Amino acid sequence: MIELRHVNKWYGPTFQVLKDCTTSVAKGEVVVVCGPSGSGKSTLIKCVNALEPIQGGEIILDGIKVNDPKTDLPKLRARVGMVFQHFELFPHLRIVDNLCLAQEKVLGRKHDEAVAKGMKLLDRVGLKEHAKKYPAELSGGQQQRVAIARALAMDPVAMLFDEPTSALDPEMISEVLDVMVDLAREGMTMMVVTHEMGFASKVAHRVIFMDQGEIVEDALKADFFGKPRSDRAQKFLSKILQH
Amino acid sequence: MNYHWNWQIFFEPNPTGSGTYLDMLLSGLALTIKTALTAWIIALVFGSVVGVLRTLPSKVAGWIGFCYVEFFRNMPLLVQLFLWFFVLPELLPRAAGLWLKQMPNAPFWTASIGVGLFMSARVAVQLAAGIASLPRGQKQAATALGLTTAQTYRYVLLPMAYRIILPPLTSEFLNTVKNTAVAITIGLIELTGQARAMQEFSFQVFEAFTAATIMYLLVNIVVVTGMRFLERKVAIPGYIAGK
Amino acid sequence: MLGSFDFDVIRRSLPYLFVDGMTFTLTLTALSALGGLVFGTLIALMRLSGFKLLGRIAGLYVDFMRSLPLVLVIFWFYFLVPYIGQWLTGASRPISVGAFASSLITFIMFEAAYFSEIMRAGIQSISRGQPAAASALGLTYAQSMRYVVLPQAFRNMLPVLLTQTIVLFQDTSLVYVLSIPDFLGAASKVAQRDGRLVEMYLFAAVVYFTISCLASFGVRRLQARIAIVR
Repeated sequence: MIELRHVNKWYGPTFQVLKDCTTSVAKGEVVVVCGPSGSGKSTLIKCVNALEPIQGGEIILDGIKVNDPKTDLPKLRARVGMVFQHFELFPHLRIVDNLCLAQEKVLGRKHDEAVAKGMKLLDRVGLKEHAKKYPAELSGGQQQRVAIARALAMDPVAMLFDEPTSALDPEMISEVLDVMVDLAREGMTMMVVTHEMGFASKVAHRVIFMDQGEIVEDALKADFFGKPRSDRAQKFLSKILQH
Repeated sequence: MNYHWNWQIFFEPNPTGSGTYLDMLLSGLALTIKTALTAWIIALVFGSVVGVLRTLPSKVAGWIGFCYVEFFRNMPLLVQLFLWFFVLPELLPRAAGLWLKQMPNAPFWTASIGVGLFMSARVAVQLAAGIASLPRGQKQAATALGLTTAQTYRYVLLPMAYRIILPPLTSEFLNTVKNTAVAITIGLIELTGQARAMQEFSFQVFEAFTAATIMYLLVNIVVVTGMRFLERKVAIPGYIAGK
Repeated sequence: MLGSFDFDVIRRSLPYLFVDGMTFTLTLTALSALGGLVFGTLIALMRLSGFKLLGRIAGLYVDFMRSLPLVLVIFWFYFLVPYIGQWLTGASRPISVGAFASSLITFIMFEAAYFSEIMRAGIQSISRGQPAAASALGLTYAQSMRYVVLPQAFRNMLPVLLTQTIVLFQDTSLVYVLSIPDFLGAASKVAQRDGRLVEMYLFAAVVYFTISCLASFGVRRLQARIAIVR
């Protein structure tokens, strides 16, 4: 479903953020990407739907080459959902309109159809009664669940999560993770940048560990938690599992 | 002070035969408002286009926006009006220049366009700042949903940016009203011009200027009150600017 | 059209334009900026003084001035200053003060309203700990303002103050309405005398544009340097 081959990316002429990253996510697979801050994990996931351009290598998404100038990027992006660290709901739109905007403007759905779809998904994340509110009237956890519903409304073939819980107060993390766990169990293809190792051990198939722009470790979940091979991964794990 | 006050002067007929002196001032006020509104429409349209240009990732667009703003910001408004009024018709092909010179209401149109373009540079700066103040993730989220750049601006960035810059836009509109007075130099008999005319006809200089001053103050109060109302109307529930 | 463009009229009038006109413009700009800054700072201090009445008066003055077109204010003072002069000196007739003095008073009074807002923002941007530390050292309110708060506020706001001065430089062209030969007035006189409006106004535009551009470029450089120092 998602293929990254020898991806290289620089900021400016000298600073290389991604160094020869190669990995893939199969259909229905859940892959967790972790690593210390500044390791390039967020950049990597943003390259998948070309929010960040790459300078070397190639990325193939659902059979379409992302970094091909001929690719219709808006159309491609509409097929993968993305959830951001800071939710990024559109503050001037009601919750239901947040869910409808792209359905109508990108997929060309009729308003009624979009609303029906949106309400169904809001119901699914348990926020149907908040449909008429504005984002700023919801808690962080609720906003992030809306953001997930907004992405799902586009009927994505895969979902990208960029640290979906790291801007949340601790008591709100589980409500978001629960939604993500359900999604994983239903067979959604997911690439998740997160430090939530509980989530990883529960539903991930594979874990990727990144450091300084490199993929240091790319292993099945059991192998990763059982016996991480690299020093750096071991150190990182011991740090975040201590608490 | 040996100045002879005569507050009755406003109700005496003016020598132009168009009613009282008060009527004269009121017609000036009407022209001030008409000119300011026309100029403001021009300022908003051009300012919005240039403001957006300044925020696009394209270097060329940014450069065009920069040059536009610097061009209109680094010349006195008075000089700009002279350029439009006296110089432009001479530089055009003969027929077009003649047509411009003989255009009825030439001072009105020159003032509207001249003040409008002058103010558009300031609107552009405000709008660009408003867009830049939005979290970067907003644009990314819209892009990730498959919205094109145009759609992202139309449905996500601009609705928020205009809300944010509403207070500075209020003062820019008031500046537009005040700046129409500069057009007295190209023969636009707006409020200040009528006050000056009244002073020349009646020698009651301070009564004339006092009345004009009060009218400008009233315009200010009406605009500020109206804009406060508008700000409240478009305010987003729960949203605190700058958060 | 450009074919008949007469560069010579510009060359011939250069001494008049710059020695008379530009000198007037620059002197008026510099003195107005200085006076406006001093008076504006006083207004800002009044507004922040904590004396309700004083603050209200200062606030009303600022709002009042900022509501009026500069052109109208120029006319106001042009006619008012002779009467004020008469009142102050006890003379029997309104005294004539001359074009320069009249415009200078106008611009100081008008710009003070704008400079005061900048200084007010500058003073408010200083952390509350600064005046507190000053009074803890035994400085009086006036001393802490004079030696601690105002120097910092002025330094922080210097780029904004200079930008406002560039606006002021452009605004001085409005003394044209009093037929005063500032730079634009001088250009206009030549333009009308020789029937060379296109040349003279284009030249005036280029001169204003060049000076303003260079000045704002300098302000941007200064801003960048201040940003690094901080």
